Amino acid sequence: MSDDDPQSCPPDPTRRKFLLTTGSSVAASLVTAYVPALANSSAGEDDSAAAGATPTIEGAIPIILRINGKDHQLRIDPRTTLLDCIRETVALTGTKKGCDHGQCGACTVHVNGRRVLSCLNLALMNDGNEITTIEGLGTPEAMHPMQAAFVACDGYQCGYCTSGQIMSAVALLKEPCGPDDAAVKELMSGNICRCGAYANIVEAIQQVRKRA
Amino acid sequence: MHTFEFIRPTDSAAAIAAAAQSKTAQQGADVRFMGGGTTLIDLMKLDVETPARVLDINRLPFDKIELMPDGGLKIGATVRNSDLAYDPRVRRDYSVLSQAILQGASAQVRNMATVAGNLLQRTRCMYFRDTAMPCNKREPGSGCPAIADGNRTLAILGTSEHCIATNPSDMCVAMAALEAKIHVQGPKGARAIALGDFHLLPGNTPHRETVLEPGDLITHVTLPPPIAGSKQLYLKLRDRASYEFALASAAVVLTITSGMITRARIALGGVGTKPWRSPEAEAALTQKAASDTTFRHAAEAALRGAKPQSENGFKIELAKRCLTHALRTAAAS
Repeated sequence: MSDDDPQSCPPDPTRRKFLLTTGSSVAASLVTAYVPALANSSAGEDDSAAAGATPTIEGAIPIILRINGKDHQLRIDPRTTLLDCIRETVALTGTKKGCDHGQCGACTVHVNGRRVLSCLNLALMNDGNEITTIEGLGTPEAMHPMQAAFVACDGYQCGYCTSGQIMSAVALLKEPCGPDDAAVKELMSGNICRCGAYANIVEAIQQVRKRA
Repeated sequence: MHTFEFIRPTDSAAAIAAAAQSKTAQQGADVRFMGGGTTLIDLMKLDVETPARVLDINRLPFDKIELMPDGGLKIGATVRNSDLAYDPRVRRDYSVLSQAILQGASAQVRNMATVAGNLLQRTRCMYFRDTAMPCNKREPGSGCPAIADGNRTLAILGTSEHCIATNPSDMCVAMAALEAKIHVQGPKGARAIALGDFHLLPGNTPHRETVLEPGDLITHVTLPPPIAGSKQLYLKLRDRASYEFALASAAVVLTITSGMITRARIALGGVGTKPWRSPEAEAALTQKAASDTTFRHAAEAALRGAKPQSENGFKIELAKRCLTHALRTAAAS
């Protein structure tokens, strides 16, 4: 089937663009109804300002969450996990939801410099904490050395677990960890990779540790 | 998840007063203290726990590890598992505890989970975690399907005809061997409970897991002064090398003088309905030569009362070999 075949599919948009397009149209209708803080959350202003324009959530509690060095004024349902708050309310979708029960590590973020599972943590417990997500680590133009090492070593396949792997790996640099691969594997055991990129992940981490 | 009122008490008195209004401190509690949340939030998502009020105790002043005048260690209730495991005093004097914690969960979970939360860790029995299934622990009187099926990981010691759920903690097993005490403040004042008396056997009331009453707040745990020259080891056997609960584990604290065992403290994990201290194994070791024969006798003694279910009979021999190997390795260290 050639490109000029009238029966052929239209050229595929990139997957990321496709997801962003469909995602935003779905999200727009859902998120404004249930998560009033979203509209302003990335603008760095008083995020609760949006609350007046949209329905309020019954029982929602005001909180200031400091994520990647920026304060977000939010009103959230007490049940909201830190993970859902980061992804749905603050719209930082680099942090992934895997199992949502603390078994896979995809949702790993740093709280006050230590790696934790954001799915087993209530957002409300983080008043005054310094939260860092993958977005706060580096940018495509200026990657954190660990991000660069994951790229160089091909430390992923589908990429879904990668932000959790990298957040874990960066925290590991400051933890007591023996020099050999076995020690790294043990301390990375809370991050599951279904593609099985483990060998390259260990290589990336060891590369960064050797340079440090 | 059911909705709840989120409260951050400013002091222990307020926390205790709020929790004292709960109808129970056991399964079905309508008020829960929250530490790291690694057990509680998980079970709230599954609707196994449905508290109407959650009291966040993380800002209460229970986050220190302090040396006591008698040389023992005082460990605050909200000390994180990783901070306890990496504390230089714990690594040096209570290494069995450090080893046990570091063989449990993952680095992320250890950074979150508290000491008090670990003491109250709930079973991983799949029937307990599934509200579509009967479970005497979750819903008293509903039955225990695990006795017929799906019991490979469940307990062989301390079971009853109503419940065979395993206590999943590693930390508690080491604390049992170290003879830790749990300190509680409640509506009637403060009290200390030996770790061995803290957890209850399921018997006819599997929904009652500890001696805690409404309003009881664990403030800290104390360890007795270190035993000079003791040999300590935690050995954990599991289905995968890391991030997995024990099928069988052993915590051993031995004092050996001129080839003779003068003091032994033994506890088993992964096989009991509570952290399983074994006075039988300790008696079989004390004043005996530190030899393979003695170690195997101790293991036989520890498992003498074991009751296998349809799928977990292998755990009896596994636990015996686990303890024998742990004793041999510790003695040679």
